[in-house]
Amino acid sequence: MKWLRQTFTDIKQYPSAVGGVIIIALLVALAIYTVIAIPYSEAIRLWRGGEDVWGDNPRLAPPAWTNLFRSKKLPETIVLTPDGENVTKSTSVISEDMYDVTLEYTFDYPYDDFPQSITFFFTTQYEARAPHLSISWITPDGRKIRVGDITADYKLTYRLDQDARLIRRLDGAAPSIGLFADPERAGDPVALKGTYTLLIQATTFEEDSDVDAKIVLYGKVQGLAGTDHHRRDITVALLWGTPIALAFGLLAAVGTTFTTILIAAIGVWFGGVVDELIQRITEINMLLPLLPILIMVGTFMSRSLWIILGWIILLSIFGAAIKGYRAIFLQVKESPYIEAARAYGASNWRLITLYLIPRIIPVLIPRLVSSIPGFVFLEASLALLGLGDPVLPTWGKLIEDARANGALYNGLYYWILEPAVLLMVAGLAFAMVGFALDRIFNPRLREV
Amino acid sequence: MSVESQPVQSAAGSPAQKNAPSSNQLLKLLRYTVLKLGALFIAVAIGIYLIVLIANMGGYVDQMIIGQARERISLQVSMDPELKQLPTEERLQMIDDLVAIEERRLGLDQPFLVRSFRFLWNALTLQLGRAQFMSSDSGSRLVKNIILERLAPTLLLMATSNLLVFFINLFFALFLSRHYGSFLDKLVISLSPISTAPAWFYGIFLILLFAAVLGWLPFGGMVAAPPPEQLGPYLLSVGRHLILPVLAWLISSFFGGVYGWRTFFLIFSMEDYVELARAKGLSDRQIERRYILQPTLPNIITNFALMLIWLWQGATILETMFNWPGLGRLLYQAVGLFDSPVIVGSAVIYAYLLALTVFLLDFIYALVDPRVRVGSGGAGR
Repeated sequence: MKWLRQTFTDIKQYPSAVGGVIIIALLVALAIYTVIAIPYSEAIRLWRGGEDVWGDNPRLAPPAWTNLFRSKKLPETIVLTPDGENVTKSTSVISEDMYDVTLEYTFDYPYDDFPQSITFFFTTQYEARAPHLSISWITPDGRKIRVGDITADYKLTYRLDQDARLIRRLDGAAPSIGLFADPERAGDPVALKGTYTLLIQATTFEEDSDVDAKIVLYGKVQGLAGTDHHRRDITVALLWGTPIALAFGLLAAVGTTFTTILIAAIGVWFGGVVDELIQRITEINMLLPLLPILIMVGTFMSRSLWIILGWIILLSIFGAAIKGYRAIFLQVKESPYIEAARAYGASNWRLITLYLIPRIIPVLIPRLVSSIPGFVFLEASLALLGLGDPVLPTWGKLIEDARANGALYNGLYYWILEPAVLLMVAGLAFAMVGFALDRIFNPRLREV
Repeated sequence: MSVESQPVQSAAGSPAQKNAPSSNQLLKLLRYTVLKLGALFIAVAIGIYLIVLIANMGGYVDQMIIGQARERISLQVSMDPELKQLPTEERLQMIDDLVAIEERRLGLDQPFLVRSFRFLWNALTLQLGRAQFMSSDSGSRLVKNIILERLAPTLLLMATSNLLVFFINLFFALFLSRHYGSFLDKLVISLSPISTAPAWFYGIFLILLFAAVLGWLPFGGMVAAPPPEQLGPYLLSVGRHLILPVLAWLISSFFGGVYGWRTFFLIFSMEDYVELARAKGLSDRQIERRYILQPTLPNIITNFALMLIWLWQGATILETMFNWPGLGRLLYQAVGLFDSPVIVGSAVIYAYLLALTVFLLDFIYALVDPRVRVGSGGAGR
């Protein structure tokens, strides 16, 4: 433990390593928070659930905080529900088989730009005759625009931007623009700020008939991290990518390092045929192309991240690193304390695990820490090849999704930058700590 | 895994002491080469056999072959005008029978152990079969042709970037080791963690900046579409498309590589014999060339070869990122199409390329390092 404390005081001399440790601690905290706040099943539901989960999100919207850097504020999504505030509903009887239901929605629109699109979701109750609806739109300057007259089935989704008649009525402008545009500035449409009123007048033909409507004015920015092409909230994938990346990197690094060390130690300790065999296997292993084999495993066997992890460890047991460890063990093997242990009759296993391997820890720890980012990036690389885990949302899969859907070509930079920056931060943090540890444990490096 | 950027400090060689007479040195070199080739061939055979075993995990190699046979037989039967009159069921029955005969002919009813050696033979002789869905640009369905066509672009991209990176790193590191402790030196040290991220990762940022925002360079591909007719503009176009991937490669391996080399040179320049040379009053340049570069040449070469080994795999995703029509992108497309013969074929080709690189390493090593040159047989490895 004294040794651990000494390491810690040594690290303090490297500001970049202190930064790295802080970042790693933050990432671990974020990972723990994520796993607790969004349990696995909930994460899968949020990421794979379907339209019910993300139907009210706009498509491909940058995060909301980007508005801070914009002179022209982009709208956020406005959802008007029948039981919300600023909604009045009145019913009156016109005649014996005709009733009037009026829904009046008022909302404030403080943005400079127009919404992405506007959709009405009607739910109506009736037995034989469907209600008839007439929708009108009142702008802050008092103009009243007739939106449309429709007969509503039990469940009706009415997308304003697909209504050709409405577009004609708005002189060819898309409804999401035409309904908000300031008439004073015809050439360069600007959204008119203020309070809008939406009037839905329904004529029903049965006593128990009823009409309700949810209106979604899809914004152009959304949430903390924005949305992807399926309207999914990217925050979920960013959050869940953290524990996955950390677990994958750590497990792979520990798994590959310790198996390799054990093999190197066994080879050196027993020498002769065993050593020769291990050396030859290492050489053959060098010829096995890691990535193509992982691709074969991914295509033919399973895409599960943990199976791929197992294969990575399996393929690196006889990795090239064995040669380096072997050279060190060969020196250590001749030390007097080993001779002493042998003299009192320690078993081979005891000698290898308690006498040989501990001596290599100074070399091992920096290497282990430095190798973590490599594996984190390997996971992303596999995802980029389309071999990501089929259910888990990871950073690599976000990048792949973004790339495959042309995020770079279409200017959707947030989509690719967010996971990339997280990857970079995590990678750099481990690399900086590993770098400092390397200098602490290898004094020879400190001189130069 | 990450690109091995730190130089290997102790060369793989085992010391062999005797000095050989120069007269039969060539013969020794030849013997050494033949032995190396033999050993390497055995290693390749075992490696490819392992690949066959891995590929067969889900019985996919069998399915591949049976699927191909069925496709061919179905086509034969449906094209035969005499068989066209037969009712559908009889025709299907006939196809099934023929497939069963074909299975027997191909020996698929034999135990896997026997078959696996035939697969090995086919792979070793590069009889990689036919692709299920893909075809080469010249229209061939043979996996070998598809892969061969992609080798040249991969080689162009990787050779350009690696050679560039290697020599820039080396000379910049020498420069830094001379100006040890300067601001530039400290800057490179503090920036060295940047090299943890692979090249494709920087590719994202480069595409974003230079292609998407500034519009100076193309997003990807190898040549403009349509390709220019004359050779001059064609080469110019390829050059323009090369800039970003090569730059991505450079960024990802520059700082770490320079740091590693610089530390390596510094450790070497603290050796006693260098101190002695300095005391004798030799010029810096002479010391550098004779007392630092020459003894470290084997290590430099080892590193060069190790870099080549990593190169083949690092290219896969960089090519995908930049739509570069090379082996890596082929692999990406094959994964997307589930074209198993192409995937297995690529793995085999990669194994061959790695073996070739290892052989080249040993050979050059033998030319440069006098200790290895003399020690014939298995001593080098």
